[in-house]
Formats: sequence, C-alpha cells, structure tokens
Amino acid sequence: MSNDVVIQVSDLTKFYGKILAVDHIKFEVKKGEIFGLLGPNGAGKTTTIRMLTGLSEPTEGKASILGFDINSEIVEAKRHIGVVPETSNLYDELSSVDNLLFMAKLYGVPRAQRRKRAEELLKTFRLYERKDSQFHTLSRGMKRALTIAAALIHDPEILFLDEPTVGLDVVAARSLRNLIANLRQQGITILLTTHYLEEADLLCDRVAILVKGRIVKVDTPRVLKTTAEEESVIEISIDGDVSKLVEDLTDRLPRVKIVAVDRNKVRIYGGILNDVYDKVFRLARDKDIVIRSVNSIKPSLEDAFIKITGLSPTVMAIEKGGR
Amino acid sequence: MWRDNLRGIYYIVLKDMRTYYLKPPSVSWGILFPTAWILAFYLRNPLSFQELVPGLIAMTILFSTTAAEAVVINLELKLGTLERLLLAPISLPTVLLGKVLGGAIFGLIMTVIVTTCSVVFLGLPVNVLYLILIIIPSLLAFSSLGALLCVLVKEVFEAQTLLNFPRFLMIFLCGIVYPVSAMPEGLQYIAYTMPLTYTVDGLRYSFLMFSGTTIITDSLVLTGFFILFILLAIKLLHKRFK
Repeated sequence: MSNDVVIQVSDLTKFYGKILAVDHIKFEVKKGEIFGLLGPNGAGKTTTIRMLTGLSEPTEGKASILGFDINSEIVEAKRHIGVVPETSNLYDELSSVDNLLFMAKLYGVPRAQRRKRAEELLKTFRLYERKDSQFHTLSRGMKRALTIAAALIHDPEILFLDEPTVGLDVVAARSLRNLIANLRQQGITILLTTHYLEEADLLCDRVAILVKGRIVKVDTPRVLKTTAEEESVIEISIDGDVSKLVEDLTDRLPRVKIVAVDRNKVRIYGGILNDVYDKVFRLARDKDIVIRSVNSIKPSLEDAFIKITGLSPTVMAIEKGGR
Repeated sequence: MWRDNLRGIYYIVLKDMRTYYLKPPSVSWGILFPTAWILAFYLRNPLSFQELVPGLIAMTILFSTTAAEAVVINLELKLGTLERLLLAPISLPTVLLGKVLGGAIFGLIMTVIVTTCSVVFLGLPVNVLYLILIIIPSLLAFSSLGALLCVLVKEVFEAQTLLNFPRFLMIFLCGIVYPVSAMPEGLQYIAYTMPLTYTVDGLRYSFLMFSGTTIITDSLVLTGFFILFILLAIKLLHKRFK
C-alpha cells in the first residue's frame, strides 16, 4: 500500500443469505481526496460503507483503513474515522451541544477540549444559535449538519458520508455540499455515497460507479465525461409524452441509445448526426409530433453514467427516505 | 482498549439515566407498580404481610429493571442510535453492558427505596450483606434477561409482550405469593429453572425467614443466569450486525 492510500479495498464481498449485495469490489482512496461511490439504490453503496465502518462483516475479501485491517483491527480504525450514516441518528432527547458532548466522551476527547470543539463545530455548521435545541426540534437539513458535526467531534482523518443530502431541499443540500467541500480543504479524506449524479460531479475528485454490487468504472468525473464526449448527444423536447417516440425511434435507429430523460424529453446517444436528424424529423412529420426543441448537448456525468451502465437516469431518481 | 470500553459503559449508563430512566414516566412506574402491589397485599391481610415482603422486593427488582430497558434497547435499535454507539471505538459487548447496567442501576434505586421502606416501617430484621449478595446478581440477571428478549424482536411492543410472558409466569411460580415448597413436585422443578425463585429464596434468607437453599447457592445461580443471558444477548445482537 503506497503512503498516500488511506483506504484499500480488495475483493470485498457481501452476501445477505443468498442475495449478493456487494460483489468482489476493489478500489483505493487517496489521502485528502473526496471519493464517491455512485450508483442507484440497491447498488451496494451503503453495504460497502457498513462493512468499512464495522457495522457489517464482509463475507469475503479484505479492506484496510489507514493500514488497520477491518476484519481484525476495526476498533483501532474507528478512532480515526467519522461516520455519517444514511439516517441522522443522534439522540432526539439531547440538545445539539449535548449530542456532540456525548459523542466526544464516547470517543475519548479530553475533557478540556470537549466543549471548545463542540462549540467550534456548531459555529462551522451554523448551528450555534440552536445549540440548546433538542435534536428532534431541528429541521432535516440541520439534523444532517449536526450528524456530520458529531462525526467530526474527535477530529477524524477520514469521513464516511452515506447519502449526505438525501431528503434535503435544494437550498439545504447546496449549503451542505459547500460544507463538505470545505472539509476537504481541512485535509479530511472523504468517502461518500450518492445517487445524485450532480452531487458526485460537484464534490468528488474520483468516482466509482457501482451497479448491482459491482464496480463498473473508477475515474475522475472529468475523464468519465470525456468517455461520453466521444459520441454525439442530441436532446429533443416534444409536446406530449415521449414514450411512443422512444419506441418508434428505437425501431428506426437500432444502433443508437435512446433514453427518456423526463416525460417530454428524450436523449439520443451516438449515431451519425445527419442520419439521426433526418430520421427524427421524418418520424415527427409521419406521426404528427410537435417538436419543441432539438439541441446537441455537451455530455454531463449523467450522460457518461448512462453510457457506462446502460441504466436510465430515472433509476437514479428513485429516492430513499431520509430523516 | 479496556479503558475505552470502561469509558463507553460509564457514559452510556450516564446518558441512559438522564434521557430515559430518571424521567417521570420511568420513576412513577418504578415506584407506583410495587406500591400498588404492596398496598393490595397489605390491605388483604395485614397480619401476615411480613411474609410477603421478600416476594414484593423481588417483584420490584424484576419490573424496575425490565420495564424501561425493553423500551430503551428496542427504541435505539429502531431509531439507529444503537448503531451510532457501535460506530465509536468500543466493542458491541460494551454497548450492551452499558444498556444492561443502566437498567440494573435504575432497578437498584427502586429496590433500595422499597426495601428501606419495608425494613423501616415493618421493623423487619435483615442481614444487609446477604441482601447485597442477592440483589446485585438479581438486578444484573433480570436486566440481561430484558436485553436478551429485546434483541430477539424488532418492535417495542413485541419486546413488552415477550417480556410479559416470563415476568408473569415467574410471579406465579417462583414463590412470591405461594411458597415453592408447597407447590406440586412438577411445578417445583419448573420453578427452579427460573431466576426469580433464587431471588425470592435469597431475600427470604436475608430477612431471616425459611428458605430452600443457601444464600451462596442463590447468589451463584443468579450470577450464572446473568452470564448466560448476557452472552446470549451479545450473540444475538452480533448476529443482527453480521
């Protein structure tokens, strides 16, 4: 293991009974980077984090955190990591500051530093005004922020974030992403899971795409997007539902990938541009389809994801419940 | 490592005392329930009431340790806060021991109140050392029994229902209202498989009344039940996080 690798995962596998949740995954996370596990719900992201943080035993394979084997030295590893689970699971009955102080005590933060550290974190996460409010009275975004603060109370070297912004409104999610980006500047290595492509694109230095328990690609968002740039992407908006259009275009353009982006929008990946335009307009004329717009678009991480996994973006839009 | 675990147990107990046990519902339940039983038996027959004191203290031990603990462990499993504790650098047995000790300490407070009142108001002769030898392992045994039954099920109401079965069975079979020695032989065998029988017997011994076995036997058997229940509870909880 090279010096700058802080998490090393090798052939990590998890079966729940006969169900294969994580299938021989391999990846490395380097010191100071934000590494994302990107994939739809049920891809095995949370199971991977649970194994790495000692909440679930791997069926096969190995992993180490800062050189500590997760199978035999997990308690030692836990001293150096902070974990933000998918559910904001602090104590409802305790106030913001008391939740942080309780975590500080559990992690053995010296008495003299506990309150200072807790108050610093409350200020950083803009929760100082609510320091005496019980956890259950906080908004969902505040609960998420406090859960992250609690994971940082012992000054960990690595932070695990499981779906950090799930269930948050746009403003709260943006604010939290800014806070996460700031953590990297403090030198904390972050491993996060997300099913939001935009989040992975904005935050992550490198992304591992996880589908059905397997890692299908690991690279920087930029390189992943370049993969999609190699082919043309055309986005067509129409009046009415696109499902029939997708069906008809699939018949007429058999060698290209056609994906419904939403109810009125379809994207066509690949093919010869002249041929694609010609067949789209002919089809619109034949079937009396009103085209609102046709754009040749710059590939996003979403396009790269679609190209790499063959999955529709609607799969990624299926939300998990957050607390 | 052991220092981390001891620290973990200490802070989990303190936190549980503050957030669960020393709240009005727990305290009122812990005091009202045995008081209601004591009054019911006293009013029925004030003259032979002293005979029932060991059984009533045993019941206080049983109910005060298990009543709130069943809610605490299941609620924390359901809300994910128990998982939060497991993310700290402490072991799973430490977390469970913290929970069990919380229940046992709350039970101890309630038991001391009921026992002190019984001794002071009724002027009963008592051997305090014997009382300690019985009450401490009893509290630990019933608290770990509560933990064991809690980790067997998922919902809070399931835990309460499951706990009621051994609790009420023990009330009728373990010598609280009817001496074990006077029961049919078959029932006596069943009674001696239950921890409350040894608690009642040990308490009778402590109050210088007739008892079936020695205080040391009662204390050792109760310690054995504690070890058995806690090991099974740890195993089951470990299985949940496998």
